[in-house]
Amino acid sequence: MAPTGFTVEQLQAQIPRLRRYARALTGSREAADDLVQDALERAWTKRTLWRPDSNLRAWLFAVMHNVFVNGVKRARPMASLDALNEEGSIEPVAGNASAETDAILRDMRVALAQLPVEQRQVVLLVGLEQLTYAEAAEVLEVPIGTVMSRLSRGRDRLRQILDEGAGGPGLRRVK
Amino acid sequence: MTMRKGLSEEVLHAYVDGGLSSDERGAVEAHLALHPETAARARAWASQNEALHRLFDPVLTEPHSFKVGGARRASNAPFFWRNVAGLAATLVAGVAIGFFAHDYWMPDGTAPRASIARQALLAHAAYVPEVRHPVEVTAREEQHLLAWLSKRLDAPLKAPSLVQSGYQLLGGRLLPASGGSTASDQASPVALLMYENAQGKRLSLVVRREVPNNDTAFRFAQEGRNAVFYWVDGPFGYALVGDVGKDELATLARLVYQQLNP
Repeated sequence: MAPTGFTVEQLQAQIPRLRRYARALTGSREAADDLVQDALERAWTKRTLWRPDSNLRAWLFAVMHNVFVNGVKRARPMASLDALNEEGSIEPVAGNASAETDAILRDMRVALAQLPVEQRQVVLLVGLEQLTYAEAAEVLEVPIGTVMSRLSRGRDRLRQILDEGAGGPGLRRVK
Repeated sequence: MTMRKGLSEEVLHAYVDGGLSSDERGAVEAHLALHPETAARARAWASQNEALHRLFDPVLTEPHSFKVGGARRASNAPFFWRNVAGLAATLVAGVAIGFFAHDYWMPDGTAPRASIARQALLAHAAYVPEVRHPVEVTAREEQHLLAWLSKRLDAPLKAPSLVQSGYQLLGGRLLPASGGSTASDQASPVALLMYENAQGKRLSLVVRREVPNNDTAFRFAQEGRNAVFYWVDGPFGYALVGDVGKDELATLARLVYQQLNP
């Protein structure tokens, strides 16, 4: 008889989104998948702590956030700008985007890497993962006002970096 | 909701993130019409969200091999294959990836005909649950959408109207390249058009380049709750997928077919 909590199926169903967030947060497939694997293990161990009347996805994001913050097992930095620049391609959409889209997306990827991690988290949880502001606040364990101000600063900072041309030759300056 | 000079940042974010009612949106848009700088800010934020989705949505459908707790225990061993129909859509997507990946890597020259159906089921399951970003380009920019997808597919693409059946075009997106196994169609992109009816039920029309052949028969497949009709017509293969009954889907598929062959 399984203890209370969620089922393996419910957990499995959340993997694609955990993985999408982790990939955007860390900027690297390897680091992201390590993060997701650690979060899945931790979530399963702690599954009795989840309240069945609450949003499982937000709870899992919170678990993953803690794993990320603690960096318990592996402390991998965000993929370096140099690495991103040398990579020169946008892995997830390779073969799929026009040169123009490629450039826009490459700029975005580089700009994201330059964002302070607190702002990057909020921009991603809200803009990519479509969490409500209240859910994002819960995941990050900060007041909702902090979420809003980080969101404003993050989005404006991204805009500024993108307007300055993140992918241009000027990139070398910022490393 | 009244808005004079000030528009709170929170409301502006909510506008960009789709968190406002249509009345509230109208009020914000009226404000933005008078404040171009704020409007530019909102547009920049919205295009950031779009770029993030374009960058990272493909991760959703990547095959993976995570070990989920308990999955290896004997008592749980067959969990993945039990009651597939009842599982969450994303899990169905996971199962579909298995089939799809098989097609994808077929070593011999012929890409299996059924793979567009699988690709459609997979994409539909992955994107339909996205409440706010099911599509990359919305129907509000239909011309831009069709021009963009036509360019990527390298042939003119039309968006059939399903209005008479109650479905409005929601928009579209580009999917990762279909896995044709011959060199010529290795990187053939795939377009997805999504439709929605008043009850929020969604249909996906998946279109990709196919090697033209004489077999234009309608075919049907079902996976879980989602049904798919697929066929080849001229340079394109089409698959219409949705969580609707076979008869209704057949009617819709005929509607699509007729409009593409006036």
